[in-house]
Amino acid sequence: MIRFTGVDKAFGAKVVLAGMSLDIPDGQTTVIIGFSGSGKSVALKHIVGLLVPDAGTVEVDGQIVSELEARQLDAMRGQIGYVFQFAALFDSMSVAGNIRLGLARRGLAEEEIQERIRESLRLVDLPGAEERYPAELSGGMRKRVGLARAIALRPRYILYDEPTTGLDPVTSAVIDELMVRVRKELGTTGVVVTHDMRSAYTVGDRIAMLYQGRIRQVGTIEEIRHTDDPVVRNFIEGRPFDPDRLEAQEAGR
Amino acid sequence: MRRLGVDSVPIALFIATFTGIVLSLLSKYIFTGAVPLYFVGALVGKTIMMELGPVLTGLALAGRVGANIAAELGTMRVTEQVDALETLAYNPRSYLVVPRVLAGMLMFPVVTAIAIALGITAGWFTAINLLDLSSLEFIKGLRLFYRFKDIWFGLVKAASFGVAVTLAGCLQGLATRGGAEGVGRNTTRAVVIGCEAILVLDAFWALMLL
Repeated sequence: MIRFTGVDKAFGAKVVLAGMSLDIPDGQTTVIIGFSGSGKSVALKHIVGLLVPDAGTVEVDGQIVSELEARQLDAMRGQIGYVFQFAALFDSMSVAGNIRLGLARRGLAEEEIQERIRESLRLVDLPGAEERYPAELSGGMRKRVGLARAIALRPRYILYDEPTTGLDPVTSAVIDELMVRVRKELGTTGVVVTHDMRSAYTVGDRIAMLYQGRIRQVGTIEEIRHTDDPVVRNFIEGRPFDPDRLEAQEAGR
Repeated sequence: MRRLGVDSVPIALFIATFTGIVLSLLSKYIFTGAVPLYFVGALVGKTIMMELGPVLTGLALAGRVGANIAAELGTMRVTEQVDALETLAYNPRSYLVVPRVLAGMLMFPVVTAIAIALGITAGWFTAINLLDLSSLEFIKGLRLFYRFKDIWFGLVKAASFGVAVTLAGCLQGLATRGGAEGVGRNTTRAVVIGCEAILVLDAFWALMLL
């Protein structure tokens, strides 16, 4: 289980997270939605220790991430696959090289590494792409390779940072389908950060909305679809609104 | 190693060749009428081995290698490739910095040694063709004050320049923030810091070893 408890994070004067608390249960896919720049990716990076909270804690399986020593942090990261927004593939390496890197770190035998590379590429519908280089791949293919790199590690958790951003609707749907397939076949717990509601409804079991640095509402897909919260409702229906005016209205109720 | 060393040889050779030619002509201008002309060999040899070979090669490589490393690692930083390495349980400092610094420490002296050899050869070629000096006289001058220390002093300096330049490139690259603008800014900073470090180290080694 992943747990955020009162997490604060600021970059200089800009406060990004302000008391964010959220439980992410095992075996489900939790989608964190929110406006661009609302701190969704920042929250995700706290889970793997890429960022350290200014206050509060982030726990993974009961371990406080910011208190782990280097070796413990590496072991914890071994349980987590991270799919980056723009795939973050290593340009100088082939597709197989990208996937191999994480596997080699675990000291697996060469045969096992080869098998995992083949298996993970098959799972993302890119069989035979081992020798291609990131520069030769389309945006959607790069994301699939990023996903293959994550699942090759057989992680317990997979974190997806804006997995469909920048993709056309058809490719987005393919990525969504892959995320659902990965969860079914590997039984991983997923955390997806997105502002794409169609994707959120497709891949998520629960949705949490991050707004002004904290979780505004968390619930099942149905609960979020039928929410009374005006901020969440405006967001999921894609209606522009003035936050200050909305707050004034709420205060006047 | 190949990118840091072998690919840097042409620029180092270009600089060394013209430095050797100019030094030869300059020493004739300085010595004429006052000092025997075979001292041209001494001046060319000593200056290139101990100072101009390592320093000019270092400065050229600070621009080429330092910028290359900073831009590469800076791009990796802003495209989240460094973050990806960390999530795969790699320490970016061990994985990205250490090999580059070691390569710099080993390859800068190699490139400098080649540059020194070519610089002296260019000085000799200039002397026998333009200064009315024979090969024997040039070599006599070259050997006149030669000590083994001359060469290792230059190579030790080159190794330290290699560490400084690659370290500046790596640290500035990994510290990059923002997008293309950040990469450009930190690349420039890496080159400036690398050049400054070379000049400071040059003075340091002169104080310590001479």
